[in-house]
Amino acid sequence: MLSFLFRRLLQTIPTVLAVVALVFVLFSVAPGSIVSSMSDDSDPQVELRMKQQLGLDQPVYARFGAYIAKLATGDFGTSFRTREPVTTMIAKRIWPTLQLVFAAMALAVVIGVPLGFVAALKPGGIVDTLAMVVAVSGLSIAKFWLGLVLMYFFALKLGWLPSFGYGDGGLKYLILPAVTLGVSPMALFARTTRAAVLEIMTADFVRTARSKGMSETRVVKWHVMRNALVIILTTVGLQFGALMGQAVVVEKLFSWPGIGSLLVDSVLQRDIPAVQGSILVVVLAFLAINLLIDLLYGVIDPRIRYA
Amino acid sequence: MTGAPLIEVRDLRIDLDYGSRRVAAAEGVSFRIDRGETFGLVGESGCGKSITALALIGLLRPPLSIGGGVIRFEGQEVQHLSAARQRELRGNRIAMIFQEPMTALNPVSPVGRQIAEMFVLHKGKGWREANKLAVEALASVRVPAPERRVHDYPHQLSGGMRQRVMIAIALACGPDLLIADEPTTALDVTVQAEIIELMRNLCAERGTAILMISHDLGLVANVCRRVAVMYAGRIVEERGSADIFRAPSHPYTQGLVASLPRLGSRAALGRSRLKEIAGVVPAITNFPDGCRFNPRCAQATEICRTIVPETDRLDAGGLVRCHHHA
Repeated sequence: MLSFLFRRLLQTIPTVLAVVALVFVLFSVAPGSIVSSMSDDSDPQVELRMKQQLGLDQPVYARFGAYIAKLATGDFGTSFRTREPVTTMIAKRIWPTLQLVFAAMALAVVIGVPLGFVAALKPGGIVDTLAMVVAVSGLSIAKFWLGLVLMYFFALKLGWLPSFGYGDGGLKYLILPAVTLGVSPMALFARTTRAAVLEIMTADFVRTARSKGMSETRVVKWHVMRNALVIILTTVGLQFGALMGQAVVVEKLFSWPGIGSLLVDSVLQRDIPAVQGSILVVVLAFLAINLLIDLLYGVIDPRIRYA
Repeated sequence: MTGAPLIEVRDLRIDLDYGSRRVAAAEGVSFRIDRGETFGLVGESGCGKSITALALIGLLRPPLSIGGGVIRFEGQEVQHLSAARQRELRGNRIAMIFQEPMTALNPVSPVGRQIAEMFVLHKGKGWREANKLAVEALASVRVPAPERRVHDYPHQLSGGMRQRVMIAIALACGPDLLIADEPTTALDVTVQAEIIELMRNLCAERGTAILMISHDLGLVANVCRRVAVMYAGRIVEERGSADIFRAPSHPYTQGLVASLPRLGSRAALGRSRLKEIAGVVPAITNFPDGCRFNPRCAQATEICRTIVPETDRLDAGGLVRCHHHA
């Protein structure tokens, strides 16, 4: 188990390096820099001095080497824009993003998975049809549109919830962004769960369970659930990564002070260290969650054991 | 309720919804099994023997359904019982062992728990006591170190061990009838004999009747006192298992018996090919009129192609469904 953990942690290193390299290359190919984004007609002398100060006069490979060297010591560099260490910036932003992503995920799991279960128990029934209509709609709705509609009704018309911002970090500020972000994974979980349960219901061991004289409820509780969980868990793991990415749109829409909005602002101003750092944190979170999911597989499915 | 057979099947028909059509996958199926008796149902795959078993235990699922006839357990019609009453019979009084020990057990549940479920479901035990009983049940099917094995998952056991677990589950509540659907087909030949012996001995000890289903006439005749042969959804012959080998009456049964390899026959008759029945089993959607065996039967005449033969009682004991039986 420990050696598996160690090996998996080692495996993240090439992934991280690849992500860092990719972002570096993209930003060196893309036109413009922090200097040109500040003003349109600045003095070439000033521009040059700024570039020297920021190290932008160095060739890409030299900057890349220096960045990696610093990264190895846990230093994410200094923001071009605010002159703050990137780690400090991220530290301030990571909590709101995690709050948002976990709230959306919790919502999606708590509603989506049971919905899929109920739908699968009577395929073709009224609940199934309704659930799948909801699921397909949920997957098809654009997030920014859904966010705006929710804002319009619940903030503007009804005045129940604040329309945007983080406020004091209270729950009422979290609800609208979390719902906006959570609808599509909820729909996906409902569909995946339904498909998984339907497939398992045809398995031989379910027939065995029925031959024991079990009620359908017990068959599901004792034999179907845990088998379905393995499949659901995979989807949940992958969705975590997707949500970290989709959070960018939702955070921007609701002025949510998370990594996503930090990322968007930093990209617009070519603040490479901040972009680098934000993406890296998102990637690390994704890797960590997937490692956790792999470990959970071992707990749920006895056929999977890590040596 | 003495006198009444343990289970009696009268004129059972099983329908299969096939697209927009409804065809009878089995029809006119009648037999009875007495307490403690061993009864075999033999036939090629697709002849309707497995679905007959599933009908007895109430596990037919769409597209299959019971289309007619009566199933009586201890004189009581089971198909009209409430779902809850049927569940009380299922597992408790009528138990079933399936063909595939690899997939018939839940892969993510320890085998001990899968046995213990029976005691929780039917004997009103708590999990703690049920788990203890599961160890005993596992010991009774001769699994070594049962107190350790109960914690194993199915993938940690061999095929033979898994089938032992299936037997332990099936016999946990001391059922009156054990339905064994090809219980050894998926196993090595050496393991087959062990499993059959075990099943037979345990049932004999407890007075449990066996309905054994197999394509292997030799195996069934070896285990069962009486044998019914099914062909294309109908029982064509029902005999004592010694008689069926000595003097098979239906041409299909004759073909089956003739196609069995016999030890020493090569020495007696010289090098000869194993006999086979010409032709193939008709598709379920395309059963021939009259006797369903007529296209493959050497003795078939005009009447066989038009009129369904009735079941006749043989003088020597037994039943046959043929216009030309001896």
